[in-house]
Amino acid sequence: MTLEKHKYDVVIIGAGGAGLRAAVEAREAGLSVAIVCKSLFGKAHTVMAEGGAAASMGNVNDNDNWMVHFRDTMRGGKFLNHYRMAELHAKEAPDRIWELEMWGALFDRTSEGKISQRNFGGHEYPRLAHVGDRTGLELIRTMQQRIVALQQQDARDHGEAEKNMKVFAEVTITEILKENGKIAGAYGYRRETGSEVLFEAPAVVIATGGVGKTFKITSNSWEGTGDGHALALKAGANLVDMEFLQFHPTGMVWPLSVKGILVTESVRGEGGILTNSLGERFMFKYIPDVFKDKYADNEAEADRWYEDQDNNRRPPELLPRDEVARAINSEVKAGRGTEHGGVFLDVSKRISAEIIKKRLPSMWHQFYELAGVDITKEAMEVGPTCHYVMGGVEVEPDTAAAVGVPGLYAAGEVAGGMHGSNRLGGNSLTDLLVFGRRAGKGAADYVKANGANPVSEAAISKASARIEAPFARTGGENAYSLHQELQEITHNLVGIIRTGQELTKAIAEIADIRKRSGNISVSGDRKFNPGFHLAFDLDNMLLVAESTAKSALLREESRGGHTRDDFPGMNSTWRQVNHISSFDGDKVNVKAQPLPVLPKELFDLFDVHELEKYMTSEEIAKGGSK
Amino acid sequence: MARTLKLRIWRGDDKTGGLQDVTVEANHGEVVLDIIHRVQATQMGDLAVRWNCKAGKCGSCSMEINGKPRLACMTQVAAYPEDEVITITPLRAFPVIKDLVTDVSFNYKKAMEIPSLEMPAGMKPGEPRMQQVDVERSQEFRKCIECFLCQNTCHVIRDHEENKKSFAGPRFFIRIAELDMHPLDMLRNRKKTAQEEHGLGLCNITKCCTEVCPEHIKITDNAIIPMKERVADEKYDPIRWLGSKIRRREDVL
Ligand SMILES: Cc1cc2nc3c(=O)[nH]c(=O)nc-3n(C[C@H](O)[C@H](O)[C@H](O)COP(=O)(O)OP(=O)(O)OC[C@H]3O[C@@H](n4cnc5c(N)ncnc54)[C@H](O)[C@@H]3O)c2cc1C
Ligand code: SF4
Ligand code: SF4
Ligand code: FES
Repeated sequence: MTLEKHKYDVVIIGAGGAGLRAAVEAREAGLSVAIVCKSLFGKAHTVMAEGGAAASMGNVNDNDNWMVHFRDTMRGGKFLNHYRMAELHAKEAPDRIWELEMWGALFDRTSEGKISQRNFGGHEYPRLAHVGDRTGLELIRTMQQRIVALQQQDARDHGEAEKNMKVFAEVTITEILKENGKIAGAYGYRRETGSEVLFEAPAVVIATGGVGKTFKITSNSWEGTGDGHALALKAGANLVDMEFLQFHPTGMVWPLSVKGILVTESVRGEGGILTNSLGERFMFKYIPDVFKDKYADNEAEADRWYEDQDNNRRPPELLPRDEVARAINSEVKAGRGTEHGGVFLDVSKRISAEIIKKRLPSMWHQFYELAGVDITKEAMEVGPTCHYVMGGVEVEPDTAAAVGVPGLYAAGEVAGGMHGSNRLGGNSLTDLLVFGRRAGKGAADYVKANGANPVSEAAISKASARIEAPFARTGGENAYSLHQELQEITHNLVGIIRTGQELTKAIAEIADIRKRSGNISVSGDRKFNPGFHLAFDLDNMLLVAESTAKSALLREESRGGHTRDDFPGMNSTWRQVNHISSFDGDKVNVKAQPLPVLPKELFDLFDVHELEKYMTSEEIAKGGSK
Repeated sequence: MARTLKLRIWRGDDKTGGLQDVTVEANHGEVVLDIIHRVQATQMGDLAVRWNCKAGKCGSCSMEINGKPRLACMTQVAAYPEDEVITITPLRAFPVIKDLVTDVSFNYKKAMEIPSLEMPAGMKPGEPRMQQVDVERSQEFRKCIECFLCQNTCHVIRDHEENKKSFAGPRFFIRIAELDMHPLDMLRNRKKTAQEEHGLGLCNITKCCTEVCPEHIKITDNAIIPMKERVADEKYDPIRWLGSKIRRREDVL
């Protein structure tokens, strides 16, 4: 069999919002671009985004501007964000949204005919451009159609639509290739046939999205297997702050068909109560001292609050997300969880069927159609669901270049730094566009300055041998079972609440699975074989899990998407620390690295009393770097 | 709540294949895609199926369940009687690659043939002003998740391979309608080319496409019929077409 070979200036791994935006930019800089993705074109995980894309266009409230957005983003990330990424994002997001409109996107409108913007948690002003609850689909479709438009232009000008830009759908990249310390290309297989493909290119952009499938319960699609995180590590790049994962407190855990799907916060807002398997409304036990004056400690008062909010304290179900998630987790760990490892969320007791259907129409519809659960009559089973990874490839903010690997770029959910320890809703979609564009441009500039870097035969045979290996074995481990084992470990030991002891145990168990995964065998042949596909995805998830567990063990504080039961509370000294994961060919190593210091002009955007909550007194005294 | 389910799954490739009987456990509330995944994990590690979001949002898991074109992730097992054998087959209008996975590249080729949006010359980012009522018609068509169930069900191509060359199919009729109704689009003659180049004339308004659309897009009523009517109009009155475009353009600038 002859190897399928392609030569491009830039190879983009991923066709979500970030990858497609990068592709358009590199193509418009005059380069040839291959877009490679695991699914069909137009189906990447980005289609699932609902709420909107955050950009301070000021269409609804003209007090909004990039500085307000920047401040909100830094607060959300508890000041662990790379300030420069947050700054670029806040400044450029409006242009990226307006540009989508020029390419055909039809956002919902204000009465003045401008793009409408909606409120969202953590954003001071209405800021999210949106299309009903399908904003991600609009983003993907617009980018997809932009690419088609550019291909049509090439067909007119050069008689060949795919001359400068081609989509390789249903191809999985298994290896990023380097020669002489620099990027030379990427290697993978076609999912349809199992046949191997070589891409020679001096620059590679990783835009592979998230890692949700590493966990048992996730809102992510199957593509979220952390491929890009692992590919980057293996290519010699670093991952930054992999301990930070966003768990949403209420995802469905049952029925199986909706496992992980989000249950919007408004269910609790409308009067949904949380109970354990004993029928106890447990949230009353979990009100932290600082919130005692604002939250009711008995059912009667909590119930009265819905009618009279001035004279009663709020029900404890409405505590901040991390508190609720922590409480649910404790109940389940104490053996008071439901059969399927969650707790009950019930709106049917408090509100009439009619009002539920009126106020929560999409929730009612979703559960009725998809799960056969009538939420006007039955309780839902819920538990925290893994939603987003803040950690990712360490990059230079301006160019999205991966630190330490010439020719490698990363953008979107796979890149780290932008969101610090916690991401605000809506900031991801604009992150994809802002840094997707910058990565495309960064890669194009690099290729123009450096030229081709051919791949050696040795590199090809090594990559090829790895793909063949699972077929050569018989009677080895089953990839499906190992994946389930991994998900149990991450769920139980590296989940929303962590302890040093459990993390240590997790690290050992992940290492054990990784060893056994070296002996996976695959049944059937290469042709569209999901067992074979999973074997490779699993290898990536194992590296991600190792990196997360090790970073989490080191960070002895609780901040954003990382909660340590043995180190509750935020610590200003830890805020000055990024955790950098690297791979030595055998295992992941994690080390501390100082966080870049906020420059004076950005420091001065904040009230110093606010910064005192996050920074040490020495940092405050310095007033930012000059 | 668990029940034992009898399935008949089509397995094979572009050359040979047939239905295979499978018995598998099903739990309360599961959808057909869950069952397929269980079969994969326990009995047929290499059973090929496309899926992605498992939330009815990406349009990957299209197949035929008891002969009806459906999304497997949105089809509840409970919808079928206890003793019924559920038959799962690949989309019929497209060539099989393996098992439940078909070659849908036809659709991507057709997408390439539809002329893209043409913005008014000189319009700058941030300038467009459009009212909600004016974008809503196109927004309905932009809900499309490209599951291609409508393409699969349309008899013009389902039973007549030879029509594929000249027929874009319902998914792309709504794409043309979307652009035609897009308040900013400046390209003229979209309806005419729909008729003359993309095969709108072959559609005899059976509405089967509308019936299977999981996004409940009114493909026939809101896209196909208005375009057919207006094509008839325009054939006799080009001035009227020009008038409507110019008025729209003034609205938005
Ligand atoms: C339910 C839900 C709702 C959300 N809502 C919002 C919201 O309202 N606002 C917001 O801002 N964010 C939201 N998010 C987050 C946001 O959707 C994601 O962070 C974002 O879409 C990620 O985009 P991406 O371009 O980085 O990657 P993705 O869209 O995940 O795409 C990854 C691409 O990489 C490809 N790929 C992966 N590995 C390989 C490989 N080995 N070889 C080849 N290709 C590969 C995949 O096939 C895919 O094309 C939501 C997330 C979820 C789960
Ligand atoms: S209405 Fe037209 S496009 Fe739709 S299925 Fe019938 S013939 Fe096909
Ligand atoms: S129009 Fe409906 S049925 Fe057709 S591809 Fe789009 S979503 Fe699917
Ligand atoms: S898996 Fe996305 S629509 Fe079914």
